[in-house]
Amino acid sequence: MIEFREVSYSRPPAGRVLESLSLTISRGTLVALVGRSGSGKSTMLRLVNGLLVPTTGRVLVEGRSTREWNLLELRRGIGYVLQDVGLFPHLSVEENVALVPSLLNWRASTSLVRAHEMLQLVGLEPSVFARRSVRQLSGGQRQRVGVARALAADPSVLLMDEPFGALDPVTRAELHREFRDIQRRLRKTIVLVTHDMAEAFALADMVGVLADGRLAAMAPPRDLARSNDPRVMPLLAPLAEMTAIIGAPE
Amino acid sequence: MSLVRFLASHRAEVLALLLQHLRLVGASTAAAIAIGVPVGLLAARKPRLGAPIVWLANVAQTIPSLAMFGFLLPLPFVGGLGARVAIIVLILYALLPIIRTTVAGVSGIDPVLIEAGTGLGMSSRQLLWRVQIPLALPSIVAGIRVAAVIGVGTATIAAAVGAGGLGEYIFRGLSMVDSTVVLAGAVPAALLALTLDGLLLGFERLYASGRVPRLSVTFALLLLMIAPLAATHRSTATIRVGSKNFTEQIVLGELLAQTIERDTGLAVERHLNLGGTFIADRALASGAIDVYVEYTGTADTAVFKNPVETDAGRVLERVRTQYATRGLTVLPPLGFNNTFAILVRGADARRLGLHTIDDARPYAPRWRAGFGYEFLQRADGYPGLSETYGLRFAESPRAMDLSLIYRALADRQVDLIAGDATNGLISAYDLAVLADSRHYFPPYDAVPVARSAVLLRYPAVRDALASLAGRVSAADMRRMNRAVDAEHRDSAAVAREFLAQLERNGQTKE
Repeated sequence: MIEFREVSYSRPPAGRVLESLSLTISRGTLVALVGRSGSGKSTMLRLVNGLLVPTTGRVLVEGRSTREWNLLELRRGIGYVLQDVGLFPHLSVEENVALVPSLLNWRASTSLVRAHEMLQLVGLEPSVFARRSVRQLSGGQRQRVGVARALAADPSVLLMDEPFGALDPVTRAELHREFRDIQRRLRKTIVLVTHDMAEAFALADMVGVLADGRLAAMAPPRDLARSNDPRVMPLLAPLAEMTAIIGAPE
Repeated sequence: MSLVRFLASHRAEVLALLLQHLRLVGASTAAAIAIGVPVGLLAARKPRLGAPIVWLANVAQTIPSLAMFGFLLPLPFVGGLGARVAIIVLILYALLPIIRTTVAGVSGIDPVLIEAGTGLGMSSRQLLWRVQIPLALPSIVAGIRVAAVIGVGTATIAAAVGAGGLGEYIFRGLSMVDSTVVLAGAVPAALLALTLDGLLLGFERLYASGRVPRLSVTFALLLLMIAPLAATHRSTATIRVGSKNFTEQIVLGELLAQTIERDTGLAVERHLNLGGTFIADRALASGAIDVYVEYTGTADTAVFKNPVETDAGRVLERVRTQYATRGLTVLPPLGFNNTFAILVRGADARRLGLHTIDDARPYAPRWRAGFGYEFLQRADGYPGLSETYGLRFAESPRAMDLSLIYRALADRQVDLIAGDATNGLISAYDLAVLADSRHYFPPYDAVPVARSAVLLRYPAVRDALASLAGRVSAADMRRMNRAVDAEHRDSAAVAREFLAQLERNGQTKE
């Protein structure tokens, strides 16, 4: 479980990024945070794994404030998928995936077996990909390795920052489908950041909308779709346009 | 062609110098890596601390290398003669490229990777060893390559402080005006630089190629550089003989060294290419050498900064007492005076019956004179000379380069010159020295100067050096200089022949 309690965050040049924000993410749910660029979505993720600390208020992970956590322990227990993936170019695919287990001092052979399971899980055949250099991967393959790496040490919490951002629409839809399957099996507590409402609707149990550093709405996709909040409607506009062209799904 | 012949006939020496050179570069580069990489990493991680460090390394690199040797020689611990001070100078030069490329390598890492490492739970030490160092490695290796190549070049200067290496040939060749010997040092040094450059470039490509063979290869690289050091050995009871870096000094150094070897049976270490009076004097004071030959006038004016004095006995006494206060002993003069010599063509001297400078006065108004730039300016040079002897020439004297002045006299471009009393070209061109009967020039009597402590400990060394007293005439010295400079003979062999000849004469005379 993750809880934001009256969290404000500001940093010197940009000023106030988050304003007195409260939010609860219960165990096993996938919450998507949607908002325009600069609305503070990525900041929220970094507040969860302690890369940033709230200016005022508290972020609780498993009931304990991030200020009280041992940060290395906290981060090793949270999977993190970065916007630009951030695979290490000097390590092979399997070494990238086995990274967190190795930080947790798992036996090397155990880490490797685990890494191969994770590659299998994200649809990359270990016998083909394990030893490859990450430089030889396509964009979609890199994203899959990023997800495998985040899941390797079996964290209860997963943070995903635009994980499918830089992909072509076909690959993206494919990954969405596979990811829903994975989540159905693993039931992680997931916070996913995206600027794309369609992606949020496709994946999330709950969708939070961020505007001007505040939480404008927090609802299941079906309810949010009917919102007439002026801070939510612009984000729904592309979907409405699509529906108008191809007809309502029902 | 003559270079190939020289290298072939000096195979063993070339190899030894090459090894010495490698040892200097290897040791200094390894030390510079050991210092520079951590400093660079620190500088990259703490920019506020880093900026002044990089600035300092920058400054160190702008100091000319010979000046750097000069600064360091008199210092305790780091100073002195030989490989140690050379390695310290080389380390200082190697630091900048290594620090700079380390900083560039670390700060050039994509910030996303740093965030990924931190976000996945790496401690800052794990981030350093698992991400920052491996990713900065190609850049660091590039810096090492630059440092090693600079090192090969700078190490040639190290011969000036007695550290050996291929610079020995370069300095020896320059003082002998023998381009073959210069090339014998320069060509292998250049080849060494190219080889190292290629080898390290290979390493750099290997690292940059992605599939990195990890740190073990880096350690192998370090070992490779330190390996030549293991071959270093040091003998204990040795007498260290020094000399400055021109022909006459090198011959005299050999003369002292061989005499000590022959008469005392002690081992002798030669430092025969010290870059000038200042360095030789500092070396003697610091105990890096035990003895070298100085000239009384040079000691008087250049070492002790006394006013000009022309009486030979008084100069000798003055420098003897001044050296004594520094724990140094002046041994009896060798017998020749390497002073300024007023020279005319031998044919003219014989035809006109010229023996002294006074004899030349009547002919001077029909002659042209040529002098070195320094001689034209100095208080004890031309102005005083013309006043003392009342010399007037057909036109005002021509300023000429010292290396050309003997030839100019022989070729009748000028009729009278001031040269070096013991220059080998005097006999080579059949020139005649006019005696300074009014004792205008200060004396430059050659005297061995030794550390008193060493003479007390090894009395046999004192006896050996004293046995040379008065045995080397100006004519002898000219002949030996000529043998090396004009006939390109080996200075050690020339000294050996001279000593053998002294022994024969000694037997017949006494």
